[in-house]
Amino acid sequence: MLDVRAIDCYYGEAKALHQFSLRLETGEILCLLGRNGAGKTTALKAIMGLVPVRRGSIVFDGTDLTKLASHEVPRLGIGYVPQGRRLFSELTVEDNLRVGLMTRNSGAAVRQHVLELFPVLGERLGQRAGTMSGGEQQMLAMARALCIAPKLLLLDEPTEGLSPAMIALIRRSIVELKTHGVTTILVEQRVDAVLPIADRVAFVENGRVTAVMAVAELAADRHMIDRYVGLG
Amino acid sequence: MSFFPHLLLAVLEGAVAAATLALTALGLSLVFGVMRVVNVAHGEFYMLGAMVAWWLSQLVPAHPLLGFLLALIGAPLAVGAVAFATERLVLRRIGYDPEATIVATIGLMFLIQQLALSVFGADAKPVNAPFTYRIVFPWFGYSGYKLFVVAASAVLLLCVWWVMSRTRFGLIMRVTQFDRETATAFGIPVGRVYSAVFVAGAAIVAIAAVLLVPIQQAHYLMGLDPLLMSFIVVIIGGLGSLKGSVIAALAIGLLGGIVSVFFSPTFAAIIATLLVAFILVIRPQGFFGAPAR
Ligand SMILES: Nc1ncnc2c1ncn2[C@@H]1O[C@H](COP(=O)(O)OP(=O)(O)OP(=O)(O)O)[C@@H](O)[C@H]1O
Ligand SMILES: [Mg+2]
Repeated sequence: MLDVRAIDCYYGEAKALHQFSLRLETGEILCLLGRNGAGKTTALKAIMGLVPVRRGSIVFDGTDLTKLASHEVPRLGIGYVPQGRRLFSELTVEDNLRVGLMTRNSGAAVRQHVLELFPVLGERLGQRAGTMSGGEQQMLAMARALCIAPKLLLLDEPTEGLSPAMIALIRRSIVELKTHGVTTILVEQRVDAVLPIADRVAFVENGRVTAVMAVAELAADRHMIDRYVGLG
Repeated sequence: MSFFPHLLLAVLEGAVAAATLALTALGLSLVFGVMRVVNVAHGEFYMLGAMVAWWLSQLVPAHPLLGFLLALIGAPLAVGAVAFATERLVLRRIGYDPEATIVATIGLMFLIQQLALSVFGADAKPVNAPFTYRIVFPWFGYSGYKLFVVAASAVLLLCVWWVMSRTRFGLIMRVTQFDRETATAFGIPVGRVYSAVFVAGAAIVAIAAVLLVPIQQAHYLMGLDPLLMSFIVVIIGGLGSLKGSVIAALAIGLLGGIVSVFFSPTFAAIIATLLVAFILVIRPQGFFGAPAR
C-alpha cells in the first residue's frame, strides 16, 4: 500500500536520506528504529511532502506522492503525529479535532469513534490544548490524526516522555486501529517499546534503511538489537 | 464653552480618531498576524482605495451617495486585484521571507506612489461625503458622517472578529498562523491561505479609505500617515494580535482626541510617539503579543 523507492532528501546541501526505501502491506505495523539523527523524522516528513524529495518516488495506493502538493497528501488518508506533538496549543481541544476533521471532511461518526478511543478528550473539549498534561496532549495529537480517518498512520515517537500507563493506552489504540485495517509506521528509539506490537522492524542508520526484519526473527537475535540500537 | 461641551467634543473627536486608526491598522495587523510579514505598501493600498473612491465619485458628481456605494464595491475590488498581483508576482517568489518582503514592499510603495502621481496628478482631491447630516448639540454641531464612520468601523471590526473566531476559514487562518508546517500536514493549502489573507488585508484598507476619504482628501502622498499610524497601533497592541491592535487604536485615538481638544494636536502626536518608544523599551512584544521565543 506504501512503497518508498530509493528517495534522497536534503536540508540545504546536507543530505539526510540516501536511497531510503521501505515497503508496507495493508494493515501492518512497521517500526522505524534508529539513533538520534538517523533520519527517521525526515523519512516521515518526506512521505508527508514536508521536505522535498530530490530523487526516487513514494507510491501510496497507486499515487506518486512526490508529484502532489504537500497539502494534498493528508487528503489521501495519511494521518501524521509529529515528533513533539505540534498541537495548535493556543486552540481548544475541540478546534484541534476540527482541523483533523476538516482535512477530509470526516463526518460526525469519525469524531464519535475518536472520542470513544480517548474519552478523556470528550470531557476537555473547551480546554486550551497547551494547558493539558503531556499524556493528554499526546492523546490529542493521536486523536487529531485519527480524525482524518486515515488508511496510513505515521507516528513519530508517540510515547516520548509518557508514563507506562499512558504508553499502554497509546499501544492499545494502535493495535485497535490495526484491527480496522489501518497501516502504521511507528518511529521509536527504544526497541523494547515496540516489540510487543510491531509486525516488522526497519533499522535506520545515517539516512539509510540498513535492515528490515520480522519481529519474531528479531526477538530471537539479540545481537541485531545491540548492533543497531545499542540497547539491551 | 464650559467643561462638559469640551469633554463631549473631545470624546467625539477621540472616537473618530480611534475608528480611523483601527480601520487603517486592521488590514496590516491581519496580514502580519497570519503571514508574519510587514507590508510597507499598506499605506499605498489605502491611497489607491481613496483614489478609486475619488475617481468613481467624480463620475457621478451629482450623486454623492451613489458614488460612495460604487466606491465601497469598486475600491476593495481594485485594490484587492493589485494585492493579488503583488502576492503572486513578488511575495510568493521570495517565499514570504520577512526581510525580503520589507525591501520588496518598500519598492512597491514608491512604485505605486509614482504611478498615482503620474495618473492622478499632485493636487489634493476632495470627495463629498455620501450625506451631509449635522447633529446639532446645544453648544456645537457635529458631522453626522463622522459618527457614521465610527459605527461602520465598529461593524467592520465585528465582522473580522466573527470570521476569525467563528468560521471555518477563521480556524484555517489561525492554524496557519500558529504552525504552517503542521497546517500543511492537515491538508491546509498554506499558499492559498496567504494569498487570501493578503488580498483581504488590502480590501479592508481600501474600505477604510472609502470611509475616510470624505473627511480627508485623496492625494498621492496620503499613504504615509496611515502607514505610520498602523505601525504604531500594531506595535503597541502586540505584533500579530488583532485584539491588541483594536485596543491600542481605541486607547491612542481617545487619548489623542482628548489631548488635541484640551491642548493641541501636535502635543497629541508627541504623546503617541513617546508612548511607542516607551512601550518598545518596557514591553517589546506589545501588550497582547506573545514574548519572543
Ligand atoms: N530542519 C533541518 N535543517 C537541517 N538539518 C536537519 C533539519 N532537520 C533534521 N536535520 C538533520 O537531518 C538528519 C536527520 O534528522 P531527523 O530529525 O530525521 O533524525 P531522527 O532520526 O528523527 O532523530 P531523533 O531520534 O533525534 O528524532 C540529522 O542529521 C539532522 O541534524
Ligand atoms: Mg525524530
